[in-house]
Amino acid sequence: MLSTIATAAWSSPSIDYHALAPEMILGAGIVLLLLLDLFLSDARKWLLTPVASFTLLGAFIPVLTLALNNAGTRQLFDGRYVIDDFSLVMKGLFLLAGYVVVLLAADYIREGDYYQGEFWFLMLSSIMGMVMMASSRDLISIFVSLEFLSIPAYMLAAWRKRDSRSNEAGIKYYLLGVFASAIMLYGMSLLYGITNSTKLTEIGTTLGSNLTSIRALAVFFVVIGFAFKISAVPFHTWAPDTYQGAPTPVTAFLSVASKAAGFVALVTVVYVGFPGSHAVWQPVFWILSAATMTLGNVMALKQTSIVRMLAYSSIAQGGFILMPLAVAGEAGVAQSALRAVVTYLIVYASTNLGVFAIVMVVARKTRSGEISSYGGLFSYAPGIATLMTIFMASLAGIPPLGGWFGKFAAFQSLVSAGTTWAYVLAIIGGVNSVVAFGYYGSILREMWMRPVPDGDTSPVPVKSSLAVALGITSLATLLLGVLPGIVIHFGDLAGLAGAFGR
Amino acid sequence: MEVISNHNWALTVGTFLPLVGVLIMLFIPKAEEALIKSVAIATAIATLAVGIYTMTQFDFGNAGAMQFVAQHDWISVIKSSYYIGIDGISLPLYLLSMIITVLVMIYSWDHVPSPGNPKAFFILMLILQTGMAGTFIARDLILFFVFFELVLLPMYFMIGVWGGENRQYASLKFFLYTMFGSALMLVAFLALFFKTGAESFAIPFLIEHGVSISRTTQIWIFAGMFVGFAVKVPMFPFHTWLPDAHTQAPTQGSVILAAVLLKLGTYGFVRIAIPVLPEAAKAWAPYIGGLAVIGIIYGSLGCLAQTDMKRLIAFSSVAHMGFVMLGISTLTSFGMNAAMFGMVAHGLITGMLFFVAGSVKERYHTLEIKRISGMLLQMPKLGWIFGFCAMASLGLPGLAGFWGEFPAILSAYHPAAGLSVNVFRAYMVIAAIGTVFAAGYLLWLFQRIAFGEPAAEFAAGHGHDEDIHDVNKFEWIAWTPLLIAIVVFGVYPQLMFKVLDPAVGVTLKAFGG
Repeated sequence: MLSTIATAAWSSPSIDYHALAPEMILGAGIVLLLLLDLFLSDARKWLLTPVASFTLLGAFIPVLTLALNNAGTRQLFDGRYVIDDFSLVMKGLFLLAGYVVVLLAADYIREGDYYQGEFWFLMLSSIMGMVMMASSRDLISIFVSLEFLSIPAYMLAAWRKRDSRSNEAGIKYYLLGVFASAIMLYGMSLLYGITNSTKLTEIGTTLGSNLTSIRALAVFFVVIGFAFKISAVPFHTWAPDTYQGAPTPVTAFLSVASKAAGFVALVTVVYVGFPGSHAVWQPVFWILSAATMTLGNVMALKQTSIVRMLAYSSIAQGGFILMPLAVAGEAGVAQSALRAVVTYLIVYASTNLGVFAIVMVVARKTRSGEISSYGGLFSYAPGIATLMTIFMASLAGIPPLGGWFGKFAAFQSLVSAGTTWAYVLAIIGGVNSVVAFGYYGSILREMWMRPVPDGDTSPVPVKSSLAVALGITSLATLLLGVLPGIVIHFGDLAGLAGAFGR
Repeated sequence: MEVISNHNWALTVGTFLPLVGVLIMLFIPKAEEALIKSVAIATAIATLAVGIYTMTQFDFGNAGAMQFVAQHDWISVIKSSYYIGIDGISLPLYLLSMIITVLVMIYSWDHVPSPGNPKAFFILMLILQTGMAGTFIARDLILFFVFFELVLLPMYFMIGVWGGENRQYASLKFFLYTMFGSALMLVAFLALFFKTGAESFAIPFLIEHGVSISRTTQIWIFAGMFVGFAVKVPMFPFHTWLPDAHTQAPTQGSVILAAVLLKLGTYGFVRIAIPVLPEAAKAWAPYIGGLAVIGIIYGSLGCLAQTDMKRLIAFSSVAHMGFVMLGISTLTSFGMNAAMFGMVAHGLITGMLFFVAGSVKERYHTLEIKRISGMLLQMPKLGWIFGFCAMASLGLPGLAGFWGEFPAILSAYHPAAGLSVNVFRAYMVIAAIGTVFAAGYLLWLFQRIAFGEPAAEFAAGHGHDEDIHDVNKFEWIAWTPLLIAIVVFGVYPQLMFKVLDPAVGVTLKAFGG
């Protein structure tokens, strides 16, 4: 193998610059940030914020042009890096979610006197990893993307370095993340040993549906490795501490973008790499999904801190997103399951980012992270309380707000599978979505029905960047609920589901 | 896309007009209370005007057919469309929801419950109106589901914010029960969709293809819908949220809940569950009938045991909805007509009873039956209005309540072909006994609070003279239309039956008429 590489004449692969434009713009932005950070005086460091946001929006433009340019799937580097509908939708999501996180973080970072340049540099690097992840169709590039998006995130979690909780957040996240990477790498090395390839499509063909125990083990390890990333129970233990300790904008980033990236990787690996091995991963997803939503919900019910509650809520939501994957291998379900996952991720991202924007607005006034600090919010800040109501109702899946369609799509693909296990999971999901209202409703109860805890009813100031973030997220949450069709018009996503050959 | 009438904009406007009012109200400062109330009431009246226009354009000679049909793409990827229409079954309920909203809003002009904030209160009522009207016109299961759920949050806040002492518990209970039912209902809808070939969520399509589903599967799908609708009705044993919700809700919430929201459940049975799954309906009918008569007796006994006037009326709702469900469970045209009539009559009468209860509470600051007496001496008009409503509620012939109750009982004598005659006749006897109880608890209630001398603590000169006054202007405006309707439909029930009957016939086509 090595000798063939050494002797073959090197020829540069042809590069589709249009297809790589988002990554290149991001890369240029990242370098620009680093350079500007060197030469700008402290007083003018705020300039870095617009640079970061324009980089993200700039990278979004080629995503749009690629989506509108109906050229079909673009394959680069021997099909190991693919631009298809799925990857474009996810890239768009990462970039826009990243933009909203910049809006959330702008004042937080500036006022906290944190290292602005490094912060934006790390965040954009992490987003770069996510954008690459959406296109990776090769074990190596998937692994590189995963580390690319994770390592900056470890550092971001520990950003408030004088705060022991933030340090704990970073360390926990780092240790468990590395542990997960190790397990995944072990699975990947087994896969390479079995199939003699790192390219997912080739792995898929070689693995087929012929399952020996070693093959099953390899598939199992890879899936488990990603389960850490999406904080699926029982691999979720890092999430609450990390979410609570990390700076709030970083928590928003982790719970939305980083989680979505984990799902993207999971879907890619399973759909392209293991389509024939569903006998292994379907039961794994079934158990992960049922355990994740149930345990996440039960734990969320007991929380008194808003961020910790949202951490468990985010775990539980991950369980709902996993639901369709538990049946994705059944005949004819692959496509609707993929659509459900993507739709859910988009809806969840817009809603959850909005929730964190509210958390930041409220925390700025009350200086408290307790749920009880939301008491009586409706009486003195009806606008904020109404927005929070919209977001909470969306997370709880109540029509006509975005969340209902995510849940609906997940239920739909479960029922379309029509197996007993699918129905059982659908019923577990149904019961869980009722239980979830227990804690989402508790926020509503605080805001609408309880008195103001400290009697301070002075108006709540909303910074303009947070107001923009709230505007974007609430509009998206409403629109996705009333006209969910707009999400799905991005494409029928057939490219990826086609790997099932059904 | 079928277009029967070129007035099919009317339903869309009638349903969404309240939301336009909400948008306008969002920009009015909270302090401008009079302006806020005026805009809200104007919106509700405009909505009702569109509803009345719809009625005038409605082809009554063809009440069995869907009219004002409109169909547009909505979520094409899941094959769900914005598909609306109205027929003889929907029309009375659609108008009822609009009338009740207007009247409740007029009543609220000087009755905004504590802790105030009319802006939020009126906005929630308008959102409720959209949800209620939308449910009655939806011809697509997903659209139906969205509207069905849209009423949840506003009602949750109405009970939870403006309710009585135990409001938080009551509102959460209401919400969790309904949501649990909805989750199962949604799974049932999805199962129905896939079992009919995953082609459409449109109700007419499902009625056409639902019959081909195997009997066992039908029974399971029906079970999911049954839980969803039965919680909303509510049927025994899913009724336990209702007394709490009603007792704790503000008057306006109770009226809307009793008059319209409960009907969403029975409407679901008539419109979706029974016509789409006829085999399952036959299999389930004896059990539904059984639960219905248990509800009648249980509700009546519950009434006899209550010490709180509002809670008593709430339990009477359980009993009355039992009659409605009994009529539906016979699967006959006769029973279904009675049930539909009963739904509207219950909406008018129990809505009125809750209005009266609210006004009693406002005057005496209590609803404890044993503390109130001699209302006829202190406030003769209010006392007699209450007496009138109690008579209507117990099914006195000549008032609207009779035409819901009596034919429902009678219909159990001859259930649809294939149902056990003996079982249903037994139900008939039990239901008839229930009417005796109904007379018992209502007359006893009336006797206790209206007759005799005023209780010492509320007698003149004991500090309550300010509050204890007879029916005021806003109450008259809000109540008169309801009182007139109770008499008109009581004396001339044909007015509604002739609208209902053709549509009921279409619904029951699968049962041979």
